[in-house]
Amino acid sequence: MKEELLKRIVKTPDGQEIEIDPLRDYYCEAGPTVQPPAYTAIIEKLFNWARSESLWILGFGTGCGAIEMRPLMTPRFDAYRYGIQWRPTPRQSNLFVISGYLSVKTLKRVIRSYEQMQGPKYVVGLGSCTINGGMYWDSYNTIKRLDDYLPVDVYIAGCMPRPEALLAGFEELKKIIRAGKAEGANQYAANFDWYKANQKSVIHDWDMPDYNW
Amino acid sequence: MFELDRSQYPQKKADGTLDIDLTSGKYLKLWQGPQHPGITGNMAIELTVCGDEVVDATTHVGYLHRGFEKLMERRTFMQCFPIVCRICVPEPDFNEYCYAAAVEELAGLEIPELAHWIRTLILEMGRVNSYLMYLGGQAGAFGQGVIGQWTTYVRDLMLDRFEELTGARIYHMFIIPGGVRDNLPDGFAGRMEETLREIESVLADVDRVMFHNAVFKKRAVGVGVIDTAWLDSYGITGPNARAAGVAKDVRKDQPYLVYPELDFEAVTGKDSDIYTRADVRRRDLLLSLDLIRQILAKMPKTGAVMTKLPNVLHWKIPRGETYVRGECSRGEYGYYLVTDGSGYPRRVNVRGPSYTHSIALFERMVINANISDVAALLVSLHTYPPEIER
Amino acid sequence: MQQLYDTLSQRFSLGEFTRQRADLAFITVGAVRLHALLRHLRDQEGFTHLVLLTAVDWLEDGQFQLTYLLNNRAKCQDLGLRVMIARDNASMESIHDLWAAAATYQRELREMFGIDFPGSPRLMDDFILEGWNAAPPYRRDFDTLEYARATYRERPGRETRDPAAHMKQQLYGDKGDV
Repeated sequence: MKEELLKRIVKTPDGQEIEIDPLRDYYCEAGPTVQPPAYTAIIEKLFNWARSESLWILGFGTGCGAIEMRPLMTPRFDAYRYGIQWRPTPRQSNLFVISGYLSVKTLKRVIRSYEQMQGPKYVVGLGSCTINGGMYWDSYNTIKRLDDYLPVDVYIAGCMPRPEALLAGFEELKKIIRAGKAEGANQYAANFDWYKANQKSVIHDWDMPDYNW
Repeated sequence: MFELDRSQYPQKKADGTLDIDLTSGKYLKLWQGPQHPGITGNMAIELTVCGDEVVDATTHVGYLHRGFEKLMERRTFMQCFPIVCRICVPEPDFNEYCYAAAVEELAGLEIPELAHWIRTLILEMGRVNSYLMYLGGQAGAFGQGVIGQWTTYVRDLMLDRFEELTGARIYHMFIIPGGVRDNLPDGFAGRMEETLREIESVLADVDRVMFHNAVFKKRAVGVGVIDTAWLDSYGITGPNARAAGVAKDVRKDQPYLVYPELDFEAVTGKDSDIYTRADVRRRDLLLSLDLIRQILAKMPKTGAVMTKLPNVLHWKIPRGETYVRGECSRGEYGYYLVTDGSGYPRRVNVRGPSYTHSIALFERMVINANISDVAALLVSLHTYPPEIER
Repeated sequence: MQQLYDTLSQRFSLGEFTRQRADLAFITVGAVRLHALLRHLRDQEGFTHLVLLTAVDWLEDGQFQLTYLLNNRAKCQDLGLRVMIARDNASMESIHDLWAAAATYQRELREMFGIDFPGSPRLMDDFILEGWNAAPPYRRDFDTLEYARATYRERPGRETRDPAAHMKQQLYGDKGDV
């Protein structure tokens, strides 16, 4: 574990000595909770419609699929007309596009970013390598099934999927959200222990709190 | 530019290491990446800052490691061919060329004349794509989003030509050991000419809006200077070296493919700052457009594109080792291939130019820069993380 | 290149010389005076650019081959130096004082092959891998398929065929090497 994460005694400006434990003191200990749907069905439908029309993607290019994001942002394919846009921080986004293979080192950062996103949140797995390992099925450093570690709503197959395929995938996701079936965040909260066990089985140096948000 | 001599901070200890006491409250550790808009690809920089000035930096890579060099050891020579292009996303063709050329050299294969021309054409088209991505990124690092919109639009046009030729937008898998997969389609030269004209007209706009922009000049001129004395010590190649006034260009120094038959001069600059590096790349891009025209005019129109390969399922290559290099848009790209007489490569080592640029060099030159310039500095070295860790 | 070999062999004990191309040759050298030889090549012979530093695992012989590839831009020549070192407790002299960029290569070799370079900066820091607790992955005796099967769960339904057997069965009878 890194030195800055260990328990230590620090001196405050007024001369007191206090003990800090970064992993407990700097993070909230409460785990994720399942969010029930709105009280009436018509309100929930309205919410789902609104959610489906504002998919804000976290700008985190985790793999080679990030190269097709640029054409999507520009006039040729222009995903903005469907209410899709890219945001620089997890706090402002609700859609995580896992753009390709995840090495174990990136998986750790992806989990942190995902947990920091505000619910309701969605995950799209892009490329064959997120589905079953794809080209890297025998690699020692990439995971094979993304849905073991994060709840995935839509997979887009291909190596690399074209921008049109991505747009079709996003439309599919919108349909799922409008039907009220995109329950990824709740699924993550409900099966939190299972996801954590899976994540910890591949990330050997787990030096962060169990839930980072 | 700065009133104070900032090279005094932080002070050094007797053993030469920096005297940074993080608990003193004077310094702050700041991570830029891997999830950060001001980073190229998926990597991270760990900055130690004093105020808004960087005093120490560490590059962290490995987020994109797939272990290609290991995976290729358990694939036959032909099975390696579809995976090599995945090593570098924005300019995959150099992997295909270097791998194919290394295999051909060790197997003693001669490839047809026309295949040489088509390979050169593909490599230059890839270079155009890569530079267009770069121009958008460099302008974006200074807040000029519109340049990225324009260059990505013309890059899409070039991707259309790739699609027409190879059937794919990103991973072309066209340069195969033994030649290339096919000849050019009918009317390709005409459509390419249209694309080149469109790119040129956009580049004229980019020149006006980006290179003559006061903000861009103020922030890029004189920032991030690479000393010529560093070139050998840090292994700097490509446009980064050419912007420092050294005409290091593999296309000229050790010509490969059909470059001896093309008429061009290596593009150089002299100030070696962010502005010069961007300008060298813009002029190199124009040179590539010219080379594509020359290739299309001079190349033979018909002929064989593939040489006859042995049965690829039983293809064994005698023991040997070689190194093949090419000049990609970022510098010297090379493959070191060792064979041991079996049907599988013994060892493949990929030398990506970003390997030295983004680690040893970047950590050196980011010292005493402002936090707001870090992203622009990193982009100006034109690094692609996947070729560092493979 | 032959001329260079003759000049060098007067001062250093050199091994096998392989001329690969007109502008590329490989020479086997001993590990002992390598640092002096590299310094001589850099300062006297104009091989100022370290192209790459990598290793090859010759598991059968119990040796690692380190390859130092140098480039002389003025003469357009490449020279590869092959250094054979023992595979057990592999250790080699660091050359980060000759080329600053070499420290990165040495970090990678330490992590991926387990070769030690005493004195090289930040050698023991994680470079590419993080929290790795198996054998160094680029060694020949590390089986990546086995490791991947044991560590990452597979999705059922993926079929893998041996290409040779599949082609033989489906497409044509094997006519052997053409």
